[in-house]
Amino acid sequence: MSERERARRFASFRRIRALIRKESWQLLRDPSSIAIGIVMPIALLVLFGYGINLDVKNVPVAIVMEDNSEAARGVASAFELSDYFSAMPVKTMAEAQGMLMSAHADAIVRIPSHFARDFGLGNAQVQVIVNGADSNTARISLGYAQGAVGVWAQKEAGRRGNSVGMVTIESRLWFNEANDSTYFLVPGLIVLVMTLIGSMLTALVMAREWERGTFEALFVTPVNSFEILLGKTVPYFLLGLAGLALCIAGSKLLFNVPLRGSLSILTVVSMLYLLVSLGLGLVISSGTKNQFIASQVTMLVTFLPAMMLSGFMYDPRSMPLAVQVITYIFPARYFVTLLQTLFLAGNIWSVILPNAAILAGMAVALLALSVRLTRKRIA
Amino acid sequence: MSASEMALVAKDVRKTFVRNKGEAVEALAGISLEVRSGTLTALVGPDGSGKTTLLRLASGLLVPDSGSLDVIGIDVTRNPQAVQNKISYMPQRFGLYEDLSVQENLDLYADLHDVTRERRAEVYPRLFEMTQLGRFKGRPAGKLSGGMKQKLGLACTLVRSPQLLLLDEPTVGVDPLSRRELWEIVFKLVKEEELSVIVSTSYLDEAERCEHAVLMHAGRVLAAGKPDEITARAEGCCFLVSDMNGAPARSLQARLFSLPGVADAVPEAGRVRVVTKLPTQRLSLDLAGARLEAEAVKPRFEDAFMMLFGVVMSDQPREIAPVAGNRIAGGSEVVVEVRDLVRTFGDFTAVDHVSFDVRRGEVYGLLGPNGAGKSTTFKMLCGLLPATSGSLEVAGANLLTAGARAREKLGYVAQKFSLYGQLTIDENLEFFASAYGLRGAAKKERIEELKQQFELDQFSHLPSGQLPGGFKQRLALAAALLHQPRILFLDEATSGADPFARRQFWARITALSEAGVTIIVTTHFMEEAEYCDRIIILDAGKNLAEGTPVDIRALAETHEGLAPTMEQAFIAIVEKERSKRKENAG
Repeated sequence: MSERERARRFASFRRIRALIRKESWQLLRDPSSIAIGIVMPIALLVLFGYGINLDVKNVPVAIVMEDNSEAARGVASAFELSDYFSAMPVKTMAEAQGMLMSAHADAIVRIPSHFARDFGLGNAQVQVIVNGADSNTARISLGYAQGAVGVWAQKEAGRRGNSVGMVTIESRLWFNEANDSTYFLVPGLIVLVMTLIGSMLTALVMAREWERGTFEALFVTPVNSFEILLGKTVPYFLLGLAGLALCIAGSKLLFNVPLRGSLSILTVVSMLYLLVSLGLGLVISSGTKNQFIASQVTMLVTFLPAMMLSGFMYDPRSMPLAVQVITYIFPARYFVTLLQTLFLAGNIWSVILPNAAILAGMAVALLALSVRLTRKRIA
Repeated sequence: MSASEMALVAKDVRKTFVRNKGEAVEALAGISLEVRSGTLTALVGPDGSGKTTLLRLASGLLVPDSGSLDVIGIDVTRNPQAVQNKISYMPQRFGLYEDLSVQENLDLYADLHDVTRERRAEVYPRLFEMTQLGRFKGRPAGKLSGGMKQKLGLACTLVRSPQLLLLDEPTVGVDPLSRRELWEIVFKLVKEEELSVIVSTSYLDEAERCEHAVLMHAGRVLAAGKPDEITARAEGCCFLVSDMNGAPARSLQARLFSLPGVADAVPEAGRVRVVTKLPTQRLSLDLAGARLEAEAVKPRFEDAFMMLFGVVMSDQPREIAPVAGNRIAGGSEVVVEVRDLVRTFGDFTAVDHVSFDVRRGEVYGLLGPNGAGKSTTFKMLCGLLPATSGSLEVAGANLLTAGARAREKLGYVAQKFSLYGQLTIDENLEFFASAYGLRGAAKKERIEELKQQFELDQFSHLPSGQLPGGFKQRLALAAALLHQPRILFLDEATSGADPFARRQFWARITALSEAGVTIIVTTHFMEEAEYCDRIIILDAGKNLAEGTPVDIRALAETHEGLAPTMEQAFIAIVEKERSKRKENAG
């Protein structure tokens, strides 16, 4: 590296440092930034500590057919015909467990090998295992499963003209044994907080610079647009991490939500999502130079999807297909999957790697786009 | 001539903007210009003449549609960053970071310009001394007065010595004292560091003091050259006229301004300064019922400016229809009576025992530097702010006890355009008429009357936010007159308006006062004080002087046989009082 090149880089570094310092001062002195970065996470944490009741449809269920009798097939078809389930017959329990782990199935219905014989004797059992990560869905799925088996048993008994047919359901809830909605809502909050800080706050402070005319003077200096963006990103990235720490600590201390996966992986994927959010905020603010519009657009494009379409509150699988497809556009969808997996299931690499890879890709694309779109031009 | 000798070379530069409704506005219509390095050049012209666009193009913030633009020898269109590394630019509204202190704002720009520690140690004390901001280093920029903000903005652009300094209307909205201080800083820099400076301004006296002046109009260069050369064009055209029959200067001015052979007419020290379109030995003007006496005087830069503009603005109406109203004879009836008015905010006294009277049909001016207590006094007069103590009678009602009743008789035009930008002229007038309680045929009639009087028909379908500046102001004035107020308050109503719009505006005010409306104004343009019957000068909440424009001018000393201008008199009065106060304190 030549002496001149080194001097040039050092000057650039000093400019970035000056911009970061300026942004941090503004952030610390502006009560509204503190409100969004610190007060909001705490308020949300307290608010979402309470459960929300939701309807469930088309729960993907793996049906383990260890018995191939007519009776066993009857039970299976009761699930297949139900609106509440979408049944996927599998051969072995191990296969079903794999599907549950990778979130391809939300429940397992196991029809044991001597089901037909036991049914004849009046003490048949069906094992139902439900993914309790989303405790509402789980509780409701369990009820539906009991209903489906019960209806089948009654019909079967009526057909046979006796009352011997008795099936008990032995149910187990996996991952969220306490079956508490705070277990999925509280970790899900992280997505809201990261979105607010990453997109909303960044878009607002960029728009504020346009509105107050501060960019006009700043542009006619040696500073380039990459340095301006970096100066904006770093402080809000750090604020986002503070929000993350608050959420994790809150979920652990206030609501006793277990963290089954590792904290470091959680931190890494949260950073990825934060970068995606920052990228989105910067891209939005390159188009809107007005704080009001910027807040409306970020609300519509980032915050509301993070709340409604990410799986944080409503399970996307109970949405119409078209909406389900749309959910995949929004980065929050991948992050919520990661959060729920890491908090309630553990380091399931088959879930973590693809979702994290998508987030990383989005982050790179959006940040690159924001650098391209932000020009040192006015009007 | 080599490129480096030229600070700016523009060749046939064009720039067109597209408004919201798809309407194209040509900001620069093929401008060609050369600015030599090491000179102080002024861009002068009315609002919308393309000054700001040209400066933004030169600083690489905008891209021209066509033409070439070289700044300090670099093609700015192709390589804006290279230019931005070497020049400094102060936008019209310098965006200071309001949460950051004076020192922090300065440090930010020093860091961005890579100013070394040693150089800072050398530059900072000088900047603080020049701007007198040293005392306020720790104060957040948002809490500075308007004039101080401008000075800090200038200091931020001067943390390093740029190869070219671009200043976009640095003194707009700044009081005469701060304005003079800002210019002293600029002059000092040009002299000491041989800086190249291009400054845009709507103040003609500022342009007069530059080495080079470029007159712009509608995106074109109207004239360029040394201010003296431009001024010389008005040689033999300038006269001071008075009416031996004793008509007030304001009324005489309005009549003279509308004469075909007259390029400009402004009141000056009780007389009217007239600029003819062609040089003449003896002024022979014909005005019914007046006995005119004229004295030839030396031209000023403004006279030449108005002459040149008179040609391109010849389509603008000059004559203002008289306002129907009950004409008054003597006008000795006192309509505004202020006695010992005091207003405090905490331990700060904004208005300190101020007393004055305004008589019916008078035009009364409130003048003072930023923070003098003008706005506070104004708000109390309009009943928008209660007084701490003292008495305040407006139109025969005590504002402290009968606010609402007094307010019915008041009209108010705020400094900012405060009508609804999305509503058309008709809708705005309709709304305000209803708000004032006008109904049915009476309302319709009044709106039509005002639209005619203010010539608003032309744009009555346009959302008022998209009206040209002069029309906005007319609309605001029309809206304030809907309920036929007896007293009209104008708060810096001509701020940012070009000389032509200002003369039209004052012609309307004159017509209103002739119809018996009492008018109270605040203004930053000291020459506008000449339109007033009487003025009061406030500083630090205190009454420094009151009287007719001639009285006020007499308070300042005559320099080298030249009578002081209104502005010089104003500055002298305020400074004298301030130094007296300092002595008493020290």
